[in-house]
Amino acid sequence: MTGMTPFFEFLLFALAIIVFVYLYRVVKGPTVFDRVLGLNGIATKAIIMLVAVGTVYQRVEMFVDISTGYALLNMVSALAVAKYLEGRGRA
Amino acid sequence: MQLAAMALMTIGLFFLLVGAIGVVRFPDVFSRSHAVGLTDSVGALFTLSGLALYQGFNANMVRVLMVLALLYVLNPVMTHAMLRAALRSGLKPWTKGDRA
Repeated sequence: MTGMTPFFEFLLFALAIIVFVYLYRVVKGPTVFDRVLGLNGIATKAIIMLVAVGTVYQRVEMFVDISTGYALLNMVSALAVAKYLEGRGRA
Repeated sequence: MQLAAMALMTIGLFFLLVGAIGVVRFPDVFSRSHAVGLTDSVGALFTLSGLALYQGFNANMVRVLMVLALLYVLNPVMTHAMLRAALRSGLKPWTKGDRA
């Protein structure tokens, strides 16, 4: 814990608020593509939050691995959904 | 050093906030993808480079920069794939004529 901890708390709080704004679009979005785009944005914020939490706890070398895995998992799932939905329904 | 890191993170947070406003306010999926794809890349660039600068010049800085590089490559790919799927499944882009 260093002197920057209040600033990181502010950063995490603001990112949580931004995640809830994206969650509005995920719940309400008219098409399924809106929902997947919103989830994509939430995943980006989650990666930034993971690195920030690792900085606060001074264990960045562990949290960076978790965030890398999260980014890869998000990419594979988004590409699979895009491949599945291409050329078929607009649900 | 800490002051520069704090300034970079604040700039990145501003871009992320603008992207969140755009996601709610824009009319269809093609214009919303600008809010998600572009501002997310820039906001993550500034925020993660601020976090990397805060680590000091050691191995942790390289680790955070590798996450940044990964995100910077993967985010446009995901946006492009999603929008190509949306266009091929018959969604019409919003034009100035049909005001919503």
